[in-house]
Amino acid sequence: MSDLIRRYGVTITALMCLLVAFWLVMLVIVPNITLFEQSFRPYLPVVDVGGPKDVYSLGNYAKVFDGSIERSFFGIPYMIPVHVMTFGLTIWYSIVVTVACFALAYPLAFFMAKIANPKSLPTLLLLLFIPLWVSEVLRAFAWWIILAFKGPLNALLLAIGAIEAPVRWIVDYDGVVIGLTYTYVLFMLFPIYNAIASLDTNQIEAADDLGAPWWKIHLRIVLPHAKPGIASGCVMVFMLSAGSLLVPSILGSTTSQWFTQTIDQWFKDALDWNTASAYAFILLLLCTIFVSIALKVFKVKLSDIAK
Amino acid sequence: MSAKIDLENVSCDFGSFRAVDNANVSIEPGEFFSFLGPSGCGKTTILRMISGFIEPTEGAIKIGGKDMRGQRPNQRPTALIFQNLALFPLMPIWENISFGLEVRGVDKATRRKKAEELLELVDLKGAADKMVSQLSGGQKQRVAIARALAVEPSVMLLDEPLSALDLKLRQHMRAELRAIQKRTGVTFIYITHDQGEALAMSDRVGVMSQGRIQQIANPRDIYNAPINGFVAGFVGENNIFEGKSGAIAAGMAGFDTAYGTLRARINDDAKGKALRLYVRPEHTLLSAAKAEENSIPVTVSEVSFEGAFISVLCHSDDGKLIVAELRNDGSATVPDIGTKLHASFAAARAALLPDANVRG
Ligand SMILES: Nc1ncnc2c1ncn2[C@@H]1O[C@H](COP(=O)(O)OP(=O)(O)OP(=O)(O)O)[C@@H](O)[C@H]1O
Ligand SMILES: [Mg+2]
Repeated sequence: MSDLIRRYGVTITALMCLLVAFWLVMLVIVPNITLFEQSFRPYLPVVDVGGPKDVYSLGNYAKVFDGSIERSFFGIPYMIPVHVMTFGLTIWYSIVVTVACFALAYPLAFFMAKIANPKSLPTLLLLLFIPLWVSEVLRAFAWWIILAFKGPLNALLLAIGAIEAPVRWIVDYDGVVIGLTYTYVLFMLFPIYNAIASLDTNQIEAADDLGAPWWKIHLRIVLPHAKPGIASGCVMVFMLSAGSLLVPSILGSTTSQWFTQTIDQWFKDALDWNTASAYAFILLLLCTIFVSIALKVFKVKLSDIAK
Repeated sequence: MSAKIDLENVSCDFGSFRAVDNANVSIEPGEFFSFLGPSGCGKTTILRMISGFIEPTEGAIKIGGKDMRGQRPNQRPTALIFQNLALFPLMPIWENISFGLEVRGVDKATRRKKAEELLELVDLKGAADKMVSQLSGGQKQRVAIARALAVEPSVMLLDEPLSALDLKLRQHMRAELRAIQKRTGVTFIYITHDQGEALAMSDRVGVMSQGRIQQIANPRDIYNAPINGFVAGFVGENNIFEGKSGAIAAGMAGFDTAYGTLRARINDDAKGKALRLYVRPEHTLLSAAKAEENSIPVTVSEVSFEGAFISVLCHSDDGKLIVAELRNDGSATVPDIGTKLHASFAAARAALLPDANVRG
C-alpha cells in the first residue's frame, strides 16, 4: 500500500482503491446479496411485499423437490423430482464436456508445447483464437447448422462413406455436449499448455532414455507435472459448462434441459425472481462443493492452481 | 557389462549447418573416454547421436559391433546423464533411481532393494525417501548416476555433469566418478569443456573444434604432443611464434622468425602447411647469459604469483610477450621487474604446428 502511494501519489492511489471498491461493492457484492436475501422470501403480489406474509423461509429452495416423475434405471423404475433430475443431468453432462475437452486439449497442448516447431506456434495460436473473435451466439448457431439433419456434417460423412444414412446429431444432450465442448475447449487448452511448456524437455528424454514407452512417459512424467494446469482447466470448463445458458438454449433438443434453463424460466417465464435466485444459489453452492471434492480426490491444492 | 563404440564417418547437419563433421572414433569397452572442446563445438550433438535422440546425417554408429541406425533411445544399451541432470522432481529418490526398472515391469520390492543398493554404491545411503529438492548439487549428481546405472547400461554418456558444481565438489566428484567407473567397468563417454577435468579423469581424450575431432590420444600426449595449434592452445598456455619453416631433419626443423632461426620438433605431415612455433611457459627458461639454442633477449615486465608457480611476463625488444613459469619450490630466483634476461627453450620441448583442422 505504502509502495503504491510512493509510486503513484495519494490521489491516484485513492482513486484506484475507490474504483476497485466500487466495482466490488456495487457490481459484485450488492447484487449478489440482494439476490441472496430475496431467495429466502416468498414470491408475493406487490401489495404483500413487506407485509405479514413476507417472512424468511427455505421454501424457495425446497421447490426443487416438487413434481416428481418416473424414470427407470436398468429397468428398475424410480421416482425423481424433475428439477433434481435436471440438476443431476446438468452436472453429469458438464462432466462429460470436461472429459471431452481434456481428451481434445491434452494431446493438442502436448503437441504445441513439445513437438510443434516454435516458429509455427504463433500461427497455430492464431488459428485457435480466430473463432473466439466471433460472437458465441453465432458460433452456437453455426454448430446448429453444421449438425442439422440435412446439414454439411452429414453430407460430408455420407460423401466419404463414413455413414450410410444421415445421423440425427441434435438429440437428447448430444448437441449441447458438442457445442459446450467446442465453446470451452480453449479454457482447457491454455492452462494445460502452460503447464506442459514449463516441463523440462530433458525429463521426457531422460524417461525415454531409461526405456519408458510413450504412455508411461505421459503417465509418470507429463501428467503429474501438468496436474495443476489440468485441474484449473477442468474447474473452469466444468463451472462454465454448468453455468452456460446460451449453448443449451440453442443446441438443446426437445428432451434436453439444462439447470440454467430452469433458472431462466423462473426469472423470465414465471417472473419469480425469488425462486430463481434460490435455484441459482443451489447451482453455485453444489458446483462449488462438487469441485472442492473433486480437487480433494485428485489431491490438488487450490494454491497450485492459482500458480 | 560394457561395449565397444564405433563412430564411422559420422556427420550431423542441422539444416545447412554441419554440427559434427566426419567423426571417427573407436572407444574400447570399459574405457573412460572424454570429448573435450569449447562451447558449441558439437559435443552434445555427438552424445545425442550415440544415445539415439538424433540420427547422424551420414555415417554409422555401432555399439558392440551392432549398427544403431533406427534404434530409439529406449532400445539402445546407453544411459545418458543430462547436462542439467533431469531428475524427476515429483518422485522420491528411490523411484527416480528405479524408474528404468519400473518401465521394465520389475516388481516394487525388487526395485526398492535395487535402489538401496545403488544408493550405497554412490555413497548416499538413507536418502531413498527424500525428494529431489531436498538434496544438494553433489547429491543430485549421484542420484543421476545411480538412476543411469540402474538399467545396467553398457555405455554411460555424461554431458558436462559437473559443470554446475563448485570447484571443491567438482574435484571430489571427479574422483568419485572415476571410482564408480572402475567399480562398474561400464564404458564412460564424458563430455566437458574443462581441460583439467578431461585430462585428469580420462583414459583417452578427443579434442574437438567446430564439429571436427582434432586429436584423439591419452591425456599426456594431448598435452605434451598436441597435433595442432588448436589442441595446444585449448589444453594449456603457449608462447607462440610466427615464422617460416626450413628443411626437416630427424623430426626437427629450423624456423625463421624475427628472433633468428629457432629449432623445434615437427611432424612429417605438417610439411607444406602454414606453421607456428608453440612452446609451453613451463618449458620456457630464463637465464642471465645467452642460451645455446632458441635464445631470445627479453625484459621482465611483470611477475605474478600463482601459488604453485610463479608466472614471469617478459617482453622481447620488439614488444612480443613471452611468458615463463617458474616452480615455486625455491629452485629458481624470481627476477626483478626490468631485468634484462634471455628466454630460451629446448628444441625438443617446442613444436611446429599447423592451425586447427577446420572446413575450408
Ligand atoms: N537442434 C538444433 N538445431 C540447430 N542447430 C543446433 C541444434 N542443436 C545444436 N545446434 C548447433 O550445433 C552446434 C553444436 O551444438 P552442441 O550442442 O553439440 O554444442 P556443445 O559442444 O555441446 O556446446 P556446449 O558446451 O555449449 O554445450 C552449435 O553451434 C549449435 O548452435
Ligand atoms: Mg552441450
